[in-house]
Amino acid sequence: MIRRLFIANRGEISLRIIRTARRLGMTTILGVSEADRYSLPAQLADEVALIGPAPSSKSYLSVAAVIAAARTAKADAIHPGYGFLSENVAFNRAAREVGITFVGPEPETLEAMGDKLMARRVAVEAGLPVVPGGEAATIEEVRARAQVTGYPLLLKAVSGGGGRGMKRVDRAEDLEAQMNLAAAEAQAAFDDPRVYVERFVARGRHVEVQILGDGVDAIHLGTRDCSIQRRFQKLVEEAPAPGIPDDKHQGLLDAAVLLARHLKYKGAGTVEFLVDADTFDFYFLEMNARIQVEHPVTEQITGIDLIEQQLLIADSQRLGITQANIDLKGHAIEVRINAEDWANGFRPCPGRISSARWPAGPTVRVDTHIAKSGVVPPNYDSLIGKLICSGTTREQALASLKRALDDIAIEGVETTVGLHRLIVNNARFQAGAVDTRFYEEINHG
Amino acid sequence: MTDEFLLSPDDVAEIVAILDATSYSIINISTGRFTLRVARDGEGWTQEWDWGDAKGMIAQPPLERVADTSSVEADEGAVTALIPGTFYRSPQPGAPPFVEIGTHVSADSVVGIVETMKLMNPVHAGITGVIDEILVEDAGSVEAGAVLMRIRGIEP
Repeated sequence: MIRRLFIANRGEISLRIIRTARRLGMTTILGVSEADRYSLPAQLADEVALIGPAPSSKSYLSVAAVIAAARTAKADAIHPGYGFLSENVAFNRAAREVGITFVGPEPETLEAMGDKLMARRVAVEAGLPVVPGGEAATIEEVRARAQVTGYPLLLKAVSGGGGRGMKRVDRAEDLEAQMNLAAAEAQAAFDDPRVYVERFVARGRHVEVQILGDGVDAIHLGTRDCSIQRRFQKLVEEAPAPGIPDDKHQGLLDAAVLLARHLKYKGAGTVEFLVDADTFDFYFLEMNARIQVEHPVTEQITGIDLIEQQLLIADSQRLGITQANIDLKGHAIEVRINAEDWANGFRPCPGRISSARWPAGPTVRVDTHIAKSGVVPPNYDSLIGKLICSGTTREQALASLKRALDDIAIEGVETTVGLHRLIVNNARFQAGAVDTRFYEEINHG
Repeated sequence: MTDEFLLSPDDVAEIVAILDATSYSIINISTGRFTLRVARDGEGWTQEWDWGDAKGMIAQPPLERVADTSSVEADEGAVTALIPGTFYRSPQPGAPPFVEIGTHVSADSVVGIVETMKLMNPVHAGITGVIDEILVEDAGSVEAGAVLMRIRGIEP
């Protein structure tokens, strides 16, 4: 049984994990960098352990520093959150080697899914459809791949996730410059500069399936649509994915469960698909072997606490819920509030929050670590909160979201609230089922 | 585990659901740790949290967001960081630096990268000239407005 849970993350997700862990009677220990020692999660954790200086390479991304802090704190489990070391195989193994339970899949699963190439091979083995493309380590190899995929194409970090290191290339003459940037971002974010070249499907939707597995059985918790993205950073997510014919929607769910069973998956995970917006044919993209930023929309339509499920599975328990118990009800939409000046090229805006008035309501959920006097350090990503609105229908969720966005007032840093007001009032978004070009199109008139 | 009272986002939703059915428009909840004000705002509701100065939050040094660009303009040839972050001299670890002392650059030459919030922001020379001085080491933390290097201008 987990009694002392070490949380190896920061920001809103660390607070989210603290809440559920404490409800389950666990003592929470939050590992913090020097930049986060006075953060709200640090105040609310039962204990705080300093893991290193502000740069994440020396703190949140340092396997040795995090493991040492967890051992000193006598933790019996580590929850890695998302990003940082959550899908790092060496970290996963290091925790197990010192007798600490890792809240997440087995290292073999991370190896299979953390590397996009192997993930693709495993997905093909499991019987899932995939998009043309392949890995490339040098610019010559990238050029050779580009011959096969054609333009536009996508460059992705092999070890990546969350869009970091991902670039769209429209013309051959841009390939080398974009390859260098993609490799640099991949190195900085994931400590691995390898890239993956893939055909870019013009009118595609990003649809993903939440799954839970206990190593024997696996179930799904419905779909999420995350098609509204800017430079592959998700802006808006909703559950379920709207406007997909029933047979194709069921096909997505079945494919995700098929892969989870094939992997004997243990934990919470997300199987991402590219869905053709016209034909609804779908292709496996990747599997994220961790909790995701957008998990609350799934929680809102299932009533299931995904962090709790992660902790129960990590404790070697069998799934306490069956597919028949999963009742997908209503609709939920999440928008990410980032400290970015969206009207000026999304310039990052670290700084201090002078006041934070978040919306509230019976159908409103705000997951944030930012209140009055909160600090947004320049060292990490810009997410300051997630606004999740739900309703019995998509129309009701939209109405709730529109009202909630009108009520937000964050002072001290620029935020993406204004952008979300623009999106929620857009007729195409209101009609539903937009493709991944949506943001680019509204941005250019 | 402490017995401290933690309100979840779902708790806040429930509080509003109860208030919404009444004629009340504001509730202030104060504990030893925080003050939560839930208030009606037109058709909707808002929540504002105040965690006070617990654990020395006030003692943190101020975080400057934007450089004083007036001094930058006066300092011809100074290449500055526009936003705080981590300065990198090369496109990736192990790769040769963008520039060394003595490198000839033009205004739009990339001379480094400042990584802020996981985004790579290229740093441009700004003027045509020769790199005279490099003031920040690779992977060093920089504040907004920090002078990264100096360029001796030459007429194009």
